[in-house]
Amino acid sequence: MMRAAISLAAAACMTQAAVASELGDVERGERLFAKCRSCHQVGEGAKNRTGPQLNNLFGRRAGTAEGYSFSKAFERAGSKGLEWHAETLDTYLENPKALVPGTRMTFAGFDAPQDRADVIAYLRGFSASPANYPGADPTARQTDHDVDPAILALEGDPEYGEYLSSECKTCHQTSGADKGIPPIVHLPRDTFVAAMHAYKDKARKHPVMNMLAGRLGNEEIAALAAYFATLED
Amino acid sequence: MTFDRRTFLGMGTAAVAALSAPAVLGQGKPRVIVVGGGAGGATAARYLAKDSNGAIDVRLIEPTRTYFTCFFSNLYIGGLKTVSDLGHTYGKLASDYGVNVVHDWVIGVDRDKKAVTLAGGATLAYDKLILSPGIDFVEGSVPGWGLAAQNAMPHAYKGGSQTELLKAQVMAMREGGTFVMVAPPNPYRCPPGPYERVSMVAHQFKAHNPKAKIVIVDPKEKYSKQALFEEGWQKYYGGMIERLGPDFGAEKVTVDPDEMTVDVDGEIIKADVCNVIPAQKAGRVAELAGVTDGDWAPVHPTDMSSRADPDIYVLGDACHQGDMPKSGFSANSQAKVCANAVRGALTGSKVFPAKFTNTCWSLIEENDGVKVGATYEATSDKIAKVDGFISHTGEDTALRKATYEESEGWYAGMTADMFG
Ligand SMILES: Cc1cc2nc3c(=O)[nH]c(=O)nc-3n(C[C@H](O)[C@H](O)[C@H](O)COP(=O)(O)OP(=O)(O)OC[C@H]3O[C@@H](n4cnc5c(N)ncnc54)[C@H](O)[C@@H]3O)c2cc1C
Repeated sequence: MMRAAISLAAAACMTQAAVASELGDVERGERLFAKCRSCHQVGEGAKNRTGPQLNNLFGRRAGTAEGYSFSKAFERAGSKGLEWHAETLDTYLENPKALVPGTRMTFAGFDAPQDRADVIAYLRGFSASPANYPGADPTARQTDHDVDPAILALEGDPEYGEYLSSECKTCHQTSGADKGIPPIVHLPRDTFVAAMHAYKDKARKHPVMNMLAGRLGNEEIAALAAYFATLED
Repeated sequence: MTFDRRTFLGMGTAAVAALSAPAVLGQGKPRVIVVGGGAGGATAARYLAKDSNGAIDVRLIEPTRTYFTCFFSNLYIGGLKTVSDLGHTYGKLASDYGVNVVHDWVIGVDRDKKAVTLAGGATLAYDKLILSPGIDFVEGSVPGWGLAAQNAMPHAYKGGSQTELLKAQVMAMREGGTFVMVAPPNPYRCPPGPYERVSMVAHQFKAHNPKAKIVIVDPKEKYSKQALFEEGWQKYYGGMIERLGPDFGAEKVTVDPDEMTVDVDGEIIKADVCNVIPAQKAGRVAELAGVTDGDWAPVHPTDMSSRADPDIYVLGDACHQGDMPKSGFSANSQAKVCANAVRGALTGSKVFPAKFTNTCWSLIEENDGVKVGATYEATSDKIAKVDGFISHTGEDTALRKATYEESEGWYAGMTADMFG
């Protein structure tokens, strides 16, 4: 699976149009999309043609584009819960027939991960606007955020972490239930620390998390990570 | 000011030592009484019992066996939640955390003897007393309205039967009738609450009574999330909702519950359903304890202790603390700071610096949620805002839906944090 590490400098000057480039190059994606355009329209006034129009694709359940008559295979995939996000599109575009056997799409797929990332980034611009939607694809996916190894190496105080964690638990359930708000228990320590620093540095965007992580010091993030690592089922 | 733990522990050793000196050494288990099993009280009781592992005797006094949340009660009025979605019981606080839950009213507080009296007759002694009684209404704030009129003109601003009554009246309103809300003056619990309610009532009318009218009589110049609500009302309920502010004389409102009329500075409105949300003050027990100054109970921002008595703490809607809005989220946040401080004072456990947060979600129409939030810190004179955010007008539908789903996550997390 492809993943792009974001550099902080780039994150700081991200504009709305550039957000998707975290994952791929929009302009390159547009050029690559030429291969798709004979069947798919996207952008203002896009209509269903041989294939469905691709506006607002992200978050859409597969096989549900209005007014398009899908193959049985796609209807089935949709009813089983396939939804279009960066990850699922990546899998589909690598080998369409592998993800949805029986799809009528004859395109064989993009082999190069970078090509897929670029096309996905291009398409993302025609769904709910990413700058407008901090929790949305693809920014909602986990980012590999560069964290100073010295920060990762900090040993946190779990008792302090437990106190601080009470602030997390108003929304994130300790049972690990996932309902509108993702679970955070059992996250590996480094993942937790990297994610919190990504929020703190606003490389990963969500207003509540940016605000909360923004005022945590390195030691406090380490303390939280130490505490969450001690939680049992 | 920002703390990390090292600077806190380093510079504040004296303060920490003073805070953590066990107050009741050698007297058996220290006793904490928590009055009110709502957002503040249930959280405080749970954290004290959970974190002290039985070292503190925690008693929670709450008259009702089922707590019906005010949060999401507007969604119930809008038909998006059921009564049972809103109800929570105290069973786990007792069985899983060892909280001694007493279903009774506190009718007296003797600060010299450090004891509370219950309506059932018992007297219980405390080392520390935590009050989180929520609100009561200021008598005479809406002339003509009183608790005796609450069935004719429900407030629905405390959880439970009042909310059900208001919803029943909304659903039974005659076709093309008028729903009037008398909105409260500041400060009151849940600043966006009345306007979320109007949205949910409009949501019902749109489906069941499209010619109905909604009139808000509002003594305030402006209100929470105003631009967001106005944008949404225009978009979804165009023309249904009218708001009369102080420029229409809305601060001079009287009601007649027998006639079902609302008099706005001489102009009479005939109401089919009338929701009166009066001015508010701290729940009465705070006054009984003598810790109020005016309508609310002033507290120290570091630990929520009363400014009138170091062994009494006041949480949530009832306290006067500074910049935090009166919300369930705020009460929950304050309860954790308080529990940490009280446990430190009684058992010598470490006391960490106060940190507070609030986020309030509101629903404008199904799947169209907005939010406002902030972080706060304790300064010498108040709980002061550090940083905040608010949803923007013109956001797309996917973001609004995600915001709504987030509020569902918060509700589940919050109630688990209160009741286990
Ligand atoms: C319509 C509406 C919508 C709301 N929506 C939200 C929201 O979305 N998010 C949010 O964060 N907040 C919301 N709130 C606000 C929230 O409900 C309150 O701020 C919160 O409940 C305050 O907590 P509390 O502990 O101070 O009081 P409460 O939760 O009201 O608890 C007080 C408890 O004390 C008990 N009590 C009172 N007196 C005594 C006594 N003498 N002896 C024993 N027990 C006593 C009462 O029975 C009650 O159970 C909303 C409020 C309303 C009205």
